[in-house]
Amino acid sequence: MSGFSLPSATLLAQSILSGLFVGALYGLMGLGLSLSWGLLRLINLAHFAFAFLAAYLCYQLAGQGMDPLLTLVVLVPAFFALGALLQALVARFAITPFNSLLLTFGLTGIVEAVIQTIWTADFRKLESTYAHLKFKVGVLFVPVPELITFVLAVALSFAVWAVLRYTDLGKALRAAAEDATIAAAFGVNQKRNALLLAGTCSALAAVAGVCLALSFTLAPSQIYAWVGVVFAAVMLGGLGRALGPLIAGSLIGVSEAVTMAVTAPSWAPIVSFTLLIVILVFRPGRVVP
Amino acid sequence: METTNLSRRSAVAATMIGLTGMAGLVRAQSGPIRIGSTLALTGPLSATAQIHKLVGDIYVEQANQHGGWLGRKLEWVVKDDQSKPDLARTLYEQLVTADKVDLLLGPYATGAILSAMGVAQRYGKVLVHHTLGVPSLAKYELQFPAWSLGSDPATTVPNTLFDALAAGPKPPKTVAVVTSKFPSIQFMSAGAREVMKKRGLTEVLFLEWEFGNRDFGPIANRVKDAKPDFVWVGAIGLDGNLLLDAMKKIDYVPPQHFYLYPAPGPLVSLPEAKNALSVTIFEEQPPFTSNKGAAEFIKLYHERATKAGLADPSVETQAAASYTAWQILEAGVTATKGLDDKAIGAWLKANRVDTLQGKLRFNGTGNFGDDLMRIKQVQDGKWVVVWPKDVTSSGAKLLAP
Repeated sequence: MSGFSLPSATLLAQSILSGLFVGALYGLMGLGLSLSWGLLRLINLAHFAFAFLAAYLCYQLAGQGMDPLLTLVVLVPAFFALGALLQALVARFAITPFNSLLLTFGLTGIVEAVIQTIWTADFRKLESTYAHLKFKVGVLFVPVPELITFVLAVALSFAVWAVLRYTDLGKALRAAAEDATIAAAFGVNQKRNALLLAGTCSALAAVAGVCLALSFTLAPSQIYAWVGVVFAAVMLGGLGRALGPLIAGSLIGVSEAVTMAVTAPSWAPIVSFTLLIVILVFRPGRVVP
Repeated sequence: METTNLSRRSAVAATMIGLTGMAGLVRAQSGPIRIGSTLALTGPLSATAQIHKLVGDIYVEQANQHGGWLGRKLEWVVKDDQSKPDLARTLYEQLVTADKVDLLLGPYATGAILSAMGVAQRYGKVLVHHTLGVPSLAKYELQFPAWSLGSDPATTVPNTLFDALAAGPKPPKTVAVVTSKFPSIQFMSAGAREVMKKRGLTEVLFLEWEFGNRDFGPIANRVKDAKPDFVWVGAIGLDGNLLLDAMKKIDYVPPQHFYLYPAPGPLVSLPEAKNALSVTIFEEQPPFTSNKGAAEFIKLYHERATKAGLADPSVETQAAASYTAWQILEAGVTATKGLDDKAIGAWLKANRVDTLQGKLRFNGTGNFGDDLMRIKQVQDGKWVVVWPKDVTSSGAKLLAP
């Protein structure tokens, strides 16, 4: 019973949809991480902690009657400031990329402890009207919270891509990542741009956090459950690429879901990480052109 | 002369040492009894471990209010093993060698208990533990389980469940077994499959997932496709909630469903968990509430759990097993009137202990006694014990849609 079996078309299609939705969340969580790693050379492990902190704050605010999506109005600017502050510290103490990994790992532990102190280690589930909403397209059920995540992930990924590609700020950021000295010679204000970008990355973590709260049950220790798969999406998508994490995340999500539909669910991580290795071997560095 | 002088000095020194030793002995016998343990106060197991911390605090406070054990107050030395069995081993070593605790109590959960058991065995200490999920791994003669799941739960627990279903309004013919690969879950699900086979039930689906799986959508889809009469979910923690959430998204309601070790609070509060079945050793209802210490403990636990912000402030398996562990240790100490581990161990093996779970024995395989796992069901948003009949209250019966 646990071996390979041919699924029905409905089962396969529903599973692909489910994989696409969870993949979009991988992409959304990976977007800020990828930008920070690729353009700022900051391997920000605290990105996951920030996402969970935002999720808990969303849970708290929603518990006091605020619409979960409206919490973004508060959370996005707050996390922008938090990210900019972290970047200011990193710049002030000239922390190297490797040391940034250690610094942000420590910060993750601190944020986890703060979450546990305030909300305890117990599980928390956001109860919202969105949780019960779904509609049917043909034979497929489309849950609204996951659809919101998907739409936000796609919209934000394309928005960031457009900014990086078409605006002076985006070009300056890419130039600074390519060659900081030459970019400075051309008058690029790297300090200001870095603060802006770091703030944006944390704001993106806040958006991902709200999406997490909409669909998942929260526990402080869950922070680490996302690290592996989101890192895989970031590496597959290419560092500093706006669309990369979304495409790679979706690829991983769908491959996991199809594996679960066709064979044993316990094979899902094996398939997705094998996919990562194969792609890195044959197309090192990135999957997205 | 020299000899005399030396003898005098020796005599003085010996007297001093003797007096110091006596003072130490007197201090040790009049000071608190120090009980050492670790708990997963942080890390992935902390959500459940905080229940054990709360229970331990309550028990020590209660015991000290009644004068402690053997006329001595209790002091609980509890360290954070961060949900890491390897760290638990180091900390238990510290508790014995550096902290020099008088007695040990088990950590949470199975992995850490096995680590602690190794240390206890090395130093010949009694180890009463709360929730060891795999009895066959308990090889040490001075370990004592507080969770009464019997020595062969993979056979006895599924049999109890299928007995309950067979006596219910819709005995199932087809079963889907979906399960986590978490060690203490996987062997129980494997046992359930064997029991099903022997009872002539048809398995229409068997799926396993890795611990920590995030996407339950495809699993829900496959259960729906298999159209079972009954779903055995080898769930731990939030697996059950996540699977039910995923089922709701595809408009599927399992006809009859069972969850092995769910996080107790979150599942019962989920509307989709209506009629969900699970196992328990204790619920806040008669006849359990008449067991030793139950009434006072339930009241205190409610107060403290609410104050601590726990999502579910009711006493169930985890809290009950935790309290029972303290009761077992107390029984051993008071009966032997001392802290000698061998004497305590020998007494526990030879006697029954009256606890929150009832009268427990420790003379079976691996010091496990009877399987006291009962079947409970979510009815009107509450857990209600529905099987066996002798432990149900107000005529509660298993319901099926």
